[in-house]
Amino acid sequence: MSAQAPNSGKIYAAVAEYATPEALLKAAERVRDAGYKRIDALTPFPVHGMVEALGIPKSRMAGLVLFGALAGAVGGFGLQVWQSMIQYPHVVSGRPYFSWPNFIPIVFECAILAAGITAFVGMLVRNNLPRPHHPVFSAPRVENTTVSTFMLVIEASDPLFDEVKTAELLKQTGAEFVGVAPVEGDPADPHDGPTLN
Amino acid sequence: MSATAQDPNIGRVEIPDVLDLRHTYDSATDKINGVILTKKTPVPIAVAMGICFLLAGLLFMTIGRLLTMGIGIWGNNQPVAWAFDIINFVWWIGIGHAGTLISAILFLFRQEWRTSINRFAEAMTIFAVMCAGLFPLLHTGRPWLAYWLFPYPNVMQMYPQFRSPLMWDVFAVSTYFTVSALFWYTGLIPDLASLRDRAKNKLTKIIAGVAAMGWRGSARHWQRYDIIYLLLAGISTPLVISVHSIVALDFAVSQLPGWHTTIFPPYFVAGAVFSGFAMVLTLAIPVRALFGFKDFITQKHLDAISKVMLATGLIVVYGYAMEAFIALVYSANPHEEFLMKNRMFGPYAWSYWMLILCNAVIPQLLWFKRIRLHTGIVWVISIFINIGMWLERFVILVTTLHRDFVPSSWGMYKPTIFDFSMFIGTIGFFGLLMCLFIRFVPMIAGFELRELLHKKKSHHH
Repeated sequence: MSAQAPNSGKIYAAVAEYATPEALLKAAERVRDAGYKRIDALTPFPVHGMVEALGIPKSRMAGLVLFGALAGAVGGFGLQVWQSMIQYPHVVSGRPYFSWPNFIPIVFECAILAAGITAFVGMLVRNNLPRPHHPVFSAPRVENTTVSTFMLVIEASDPLFDEVKTAELLKQTGAEFVGVAPVEGDPADPHDGPTLN
Repeated sequence: MSATAQDPNIGRVEIPDVLDLRHTYDSATDKINGVILTKKTPVPIAVAMGICFLLAGLLFMTIGRLLTMGIGIWGNNQPVAWAFDIINFVWWIGIGHAGTLISAILFLFRQEWRTSINRFAEAMTIFAVMCAGLFPLLHTGRPWLAYWLFPYPNVMQMYPQFRSPLMWDVFAVSTYFTVSALFWYTGLIPDLASLRDRAKNKLTKIIAGVAAMGWRGSARHWQRYDIIYLLLAGISTPLVISVHSIVALDFAVSQLPGWHTTIFPPYFVAGAVFSGFAMVLTLAIPVRALFGFKDFITQKHLDAISKVMLATGLIVVYGYAMEAFIALVYSANPHEEFLMKNRMFGPYAWSYWMLILCNAVIPQLLWFKRIRLHTGIVWVISIFINIGMWLERFVILVTTLHRDFVPSSWGMYKPTIFDFSMFIGTIGFFGLLMCLFIRFVPMIAGFELRELLHKKKSHHH
C-alpha cells in the first residue's frame, strides 16, 4: 500500500511516522494539546510517558487481577472446606475435618492460577484482541512500527479532524513521514473499543 | 592472588556490556528473526534435532512398555519405592526454576542482563516441567486415571485428600506450568507481531499473524501489557518458591530420617535455582556460539549467571553441612545419626562423595574471574552441576529409603534399563522441544531488547 493509494474519500486516520520515541512523545503532547481526543501511538516497545502524552486514562487492570486472585483464593479454600467437611468427611492422621493449615498451599496455588489467567485473558479482552485485522493496518509504512519506527495516529472520527489541517499539524511536529490510512472494505465502526480501560 | 603479580592484565579483564550498542532496532530485530525467517536449519541444530528425535522415540517406547507391562519394569520396589521416577521429577522441576527466576525475579529487580536470555530460559522452564510431570503421572501406575487427582464431582463419591503434600504437588505443578506458559506467551505476542511484519513468506506471515492475535503495539495495548507483565512477574516469584517448597514437603512431611527436616524447603529452592542456572549455561553457551548471538548474550551474562550459581551453590553446601550437623550432632536421634553415616560410608557412599565433588568442590572454581570468563570451563562446570544436582536427589531418596528403622526390611536399589531409557528419553524429548523452539520461535525477546537498546543509547548521549 502506498501513501497515494486511491481512496473513496473515506479515511480511517491520519498517521505520522517518527524515528525516535522522544520525537513521538513531543508530537503526541502537541496533538493532545491541540485538542485531539481520538489519538493513538504505535510503537515497537512500550514508551515511558506515552500514556500521559496521549491523555489515555489510567488502566484498571491491576484491580481486575487482584479480584481474580481473591476469587481464586476464596474458591480454593471453599472447595477444600466443602469437600473435607461436608462432601467427603474423612479422618486423616487424626487431624480435624477443618484442618485449615493444611489447606493453605492449595489456596495459594489457586489464587496464583486465577490471577495469572485473569491477567492474560483480561489483557487480551480489554485490548480487543484477538483481532486479526484493524483499519490502521492499511496505513502506509505501518508494518515498521512493530520493529523500528514510531507512529502517531489521529482517527478521522475525531471532531477536530480535517484532512488538510491535521496533516499540516502532523508535518509541523517533525514527522519523517505523514500519510493516511484509507478505510478498506466495511467502514462500519472502525474504532477500537472506546471506553474500556 | 599471586597470579596477579605475574600478569598485571588479569585484574583488568574487560567485561563487556549486556548488549552490543552498535545495533539498531532494525538490525537487532532482524538478527533475532533471521534464525526463523530462513529455509536453512544450521547443521548442528539439525543433527541435535535428529539425535533428540531418536531419544524421544526411546522415551515413548519405554512409556508404551510401561503402560502395557506396568511400573514393575522399573527397578523401584520395597523398600526403595521412590527412585528414578521421583529423582527425575525433582531434577526436572528444579531445572525449570531458573527460567522463572530469570524472567520474573530478575525482572522485578530490573536486572538488565536478563533481557536476552529470559525467553530462552522460560522455554526451558516449560519443557522441563513437561518432562517433570511425566514421571509422577506414570508412577501412578494407571496414568489414564490420573484425572482422579483433580477434585471433580464423580459417581464414586470420592474426593482427593487435601491434607497431603502429594495433592499440593498436583496443584502446584499444574499452576506452575499454566502460569509459566501464559507468561511466556505474553512475552511472545509483540515479537510474533514483528515476525508477522517482517516475514516474506505467506505461510509464515499467516502463522505468526494468527499467533500474534492482531497485536499492533498501540499505546493502549502497551499500557495494559506493561501492567500484566509486571503482575505476572510478581505472582511468578512467590509461585516458583512455593512449587519447590511443596516438592520439598513431599519429603519433609514424612517421618523418615533424612527427610523429616525443616530445612528442606529453602534448601530445595536454592538447589533448584542452582541446577536451573547450570542448565541455562549448558544450553545457552552452544546456542550463542552457533547463531552468532554473542552481541546479545555477552560475556557479562555468563559472568552474572556464574555468580548466581556460585551463590546458590554455597547455600546448597550450607544445606549439606546443616543436614550433617543436625543428624550427627544436634538431633541426638540414633536413626538420624545412622542414616547420615550410612549416607557417607554405606553402600551408596560413592554417590554422596560424587555429589560433594560436583556441587560443593568444583563450583568453587567460579570464584575466579579468569575462570568465569572462560566459556569452555564454565560450560564444563555447568555440566558437573547438572550431574551433581541429579545425584543430590539420588542420595536423598535412595539412601533414606534403602535402610530404614528395622534392619530386616533393608534392601538395595538397582535401576533397570527402563529407568535409564526413560530418563535419557526425557532428555531427548526436552532437547527436541528446545531445538524446535530455537528454530521456529523468536528465542530472544526482541521488544525488550529494543527497549534496552533505547535506554542504553539515551544514557550514552
